[in-house]
Amino acid sequence: MRFVDEFRSRRLADALRAELAALVEAGRPVRLMEVCGGHTHTIYKHGLTDLVPPEVDFLHGPGCPVCVIPMGRVDDALSLAERPNVLFTTFGDMLRVPGGRGSLLEAKARGADVRMVYSPLDALALARAHPEREVVFFAVGFETTAPSTALTLLRARHEGVSNFSVFCNHVTIAPPLRAILDTPGLAVDGFVAPGHVSAVIGTEPYDFIARDYGKPVVVSAFEPVDILQSVAMLVRQLREGRCEVENQYTRVVRREGNPRALAAMAETMELRETFEWRGLGEIPWSGLRLRDAFAPFDAEARYELPGARVADPKACQCGEVLVGAIKPWQCRVFGTACTPEHPLGTCMVSSEGACAAFHAYGRLQVPA
Amino acid sequence: MTVRLRDEVVTLAHGAGGKATRALVEGLFVPELANPLLSPLGDSALLEVGGARLALTTDTYVVRPLFFPGGTIGELAVNGTVNDLVVAGARPVALTAGFVIEEGFPVDDLRRIAASIAAAARRAGVVVAAGDTKVVERGNADGLFVNTAGLGVVPATLELGPELVRAGDRVLVSGTLGDHGMAVLVARGDLALDVDLRSDTAPLHELAAALLAVGGVRFMRDPTRGGLATTLNELAAAGEVAVRLDEAALPVRGEVSAACEILGIDPLYVANEGKLVAVVAPEHADAALAALRALPLGSDAAFVGTIEAEPEGLVLLDTALGGSRIVDMLVGDPLPRIC
Repeated sequence: MRFVDEFRSRRLADALRAELAALVEAGRPVRLMEVCGGHTHTIYKHGLTDLVPPEVDFLHGPGCPVCVIPMGRVDDALSLAERPNVLFTTFGDMLRVPGGRGSLLEAKARGADVRMVYSPLDALALARAHPEREVVFFAVGFETTAPSTALTLLRARHEGVSNFSVFCNHVTIAPPLRAILDTPGLAVDGFVAPGHVSAVIGTEPYDFIARDYGKPVVVSAFEPVDILQSVAMLVRQLREGRCEVENQYTRVVRREGNPRALAAMAETMELRETFEWRGLGEIPWSGLRLRDAFAPFDAEARYELPGARVADPKACQCGEVLVGAIKPWQCRVFGTACTPEHPLGTCMVSSEGACAAFHAYGRLQVPA
Repeated sequence: MTVRLRDEVVTLAHGAGGKATRALVEGLFVPELANPLLSPLGDSALLEVGGARLALTTDTYVVRPLFFPGGTIGELAVNGTVNDLVVAGARPVALTAGFVIEEGFPVDDLRRIAASIAAAARRAGVVVAAGDTKVVERGNADGLFVNTAGLGVVPATLELGPELVRAGDRVLVSGTLGDHGMAVLVARGDLALDVDLRSDTAPLHELAAALLAVGGVRFMRDPTRGGLATTLNELAAAGEVAVRLDEAALPVRGEVSAACEILGIDPLYVANEGKLVAVVAPEHADAALAALRALPLGSDAAFVGTIEAEPEGLVLLDTALGGSRIVDMLVGDPLPRIC
């Protein structure tokens, strides 16, 4: 398969392994946080922890878009889905995410009309096809998926589709990174920054990490060879005492990002004063809502929502996993009370969550 | 290991063939129905009647769409049940067929499905010996559900089963993985993917006969719902062994691999309807592979892994890049990732 096979080449991976082995100082740990859940998934799926020198330690960051939705917002989604005339649409991996009173999959089993879509445009198409129903789209994700929601809103307004609305839970990537960097006692030497988000926002939003916090950043693509190369770029910066924002994903990411996507987002959405992140708590100016001009398409304006805050389960240590303070297997409920079938916490709910990825792929690597 | 069913309502995850299905079957049905014929939970139950060894099995088919590239629900219903008999080492003899038909279902479609059942039965060398029809009100069935049961005869001395598998045995598959599941997913038409995929639905009796003629076969399965990963996890658990897969050796068609890549689905978990996985003693392995490859349905057959003693109950995968990881049981339906 072109554009995939070359980034999974054994030859390239072996070369990068050798380069890394030469770059790393024996016995001196290098703690790197991969921000994006897609990277976490690749690291475990391709066994990359076996390929990097033992000094390199991956910490799994907050960039799993499904994992960060707080339980109260899932309950709001359930209340929307359970309204009699609502046809509720969602990305597939939100279906299993538990709120305070169950998941969308369970609501569907109880009779709610919940449908999986692959794009918000599919939800808009359902609204056109079912003018007698109220179609609501559960919008989640970072700046990766927000532009497609924005374009769908612009199209809905242009076409005058009146039975379509968006339950907006989009979030932005920089604020949680700042929150993590402000965590007392944080031990992270550098960041593998997300590729798809950066294709939209560019690399400038990461400058503060290098400038204010003195940590190197490499924007990385998602294939295993990409990640190995990004790790090598980070280790090289550390070795040479540099601290810059570098771009490994040059085949897609531009410094200025994607101005059209950013413009569509800016036209339709604005920052909320604060947004709750599952496992991380309230983070100011980190979530997006629809602008007043799009109130007719805003499910939060159209419908009464419970809007209750539901505390994360007490036993759950996701907050500590997300800032790299503990490894997934060090959580007191990992694999016992919290499993992929019955997740307690954010990191276990999606295949891109650190705990779910580790549970699925990595359990053998727990140090004795 | 006892499995508990913790859910309060049945969800689609319970039908996906992974951990939730296992909880439903082993946590609810097995405790109520437990008996020596059911308890091994193989593809077929093995029973002795008047000195003859019989294999008995049943399966229900709820595929959407009913017609898809490479087959129909009728072919699936014949081949699926035939294959459950075949992998138990049986020669299929007779099937039953039950139809739950929704009011308003086109008779022409039903005629086409009946014809496809007849053709599939001829190909597999079985007859449909008994049948039943029920019609339900509109909205109470998704067009058509089909149930088939099958009866087969098992050779007197043949022994197969996960408990016979030993460290050093080789794992073979008879061809490419994931064709059926991806063909059906794409045929539903809501993915807007333009890719030419065909279901692999086919009877496995000739492949199985060829393998058994070589000898040294310890275990056979058809990796349907839940894919190869699920079948091998069940083998590892029941046989108290580890299975080590070689990622680079897994046969996957380019189109299937591309569609899986786009949707974030792992072909190891995607259903097959015309593939055999077999565990063969090492001294017979090369001959077994050659026997499969000599048949048209087995031309893409490959060694994909080996049985190891430790870590008991786990499936491991050596990645193409030189790392390794676990291949876990599927949790629910393989849901496409969002980004």
